[in-house]
Amino acid sequence: MQFGDPLSVTSPSDTQLVISRAFVAPPHLVYACYTQPSLIRRWLTGPDGWTMPVCTYDARAGGGYRFEWHGPDNGFLAVDGAIKTIDAIRYIDAEERFDAGQMGPPYRSELEFRLEDHGTLVVNSLTYTSMAHRDFVVSTGMAEGMEFSFKSLDRLLESEQAATR
Amino acid sequence: MADTTRLDATFHALSDPTRRAILARLALEGDVTVMDLAEPFAMSQPAISKHLKVLEKAGLVSRGRDAQKRPVHLEAQPLAEATGWLIEYRKYWQAQFGRLDDLLAELQQLEKLAGKN
Repeated sequence: MQFGDPLSVTSPSDTQLVISRAFVAPPHLVYACYTQPSLIRRWLTGPDGWTMPVCTYDARAGGGYRFEWHGPDNGFLAVDGAIKTIDAIRYIDAEERFDAGQMGPPYRSELEFRLEDHGTLVVNSLTYTSMAHRDFVVSTGMAEGMEFSFKSLDRLLESEQAATR
Repeated sequence: MADTTRLDATFHALSDPTRRAILARLALEGDVTVMDLAEPFAMSQPAISKHLKVLEKAGLVSRGRDAQKRPVHLEAQPLAEATGWLIEYRKYWQAQFGRLDDLLAELQQLEKLAGKN
């Protein structure tokens, strides 16, 4: 297995996305970074220029989490998660909603922390209710906040123009 | 339409919360008439029609041929292609995970120090 990059983002079916990435650290540490607000805030901070003013995580079955990101020009993104099943340092199964359901019904987010060699492979499987739901949630999420601010659009357009020259 | 013009139109279309809400509804319910689309908003049909024109121009929706109802249809493929979301999604996670790498290195260092004491 390779540590660090490459990150793998695949779409095994029309309604799914699977993100996997290996880390050079044992599962208990990686799990802690995903479930303890003081640690989550250190890395899941959104794109450059964005802040994460709200970060709560109640790591138990029936518990939940809420992340809020604020960005330039009144940029706002929020994710709510309801935890169905949790197996400390190994597995989390949650139902997530973007922006209080404005992006449609909840989707399923499963996180696996697999011990491999001397590291941890994190596999995040996202399952949506339909292909349209998947594409919509992800693309508008991108448009609203993540890399796809208008600033990065400018950069993208520049690079596209350079590529077609 | 040139790629850049198309991207511009797409981003302009997605920059408005009402238009995003319209797309969300179409994604979930399939084809909807303008009258039905206007219903949940405190907006007139002409105001909604204006938003629809922006979405149509961006290629994100199309209108049915039924002269009376002309139901609005979501064009999901251009949405995915025009925004290149999979590429951006990957870039986004790459940046987040880069930070997680640094944090994990720091935590491991702390554990090592704690183990020595």
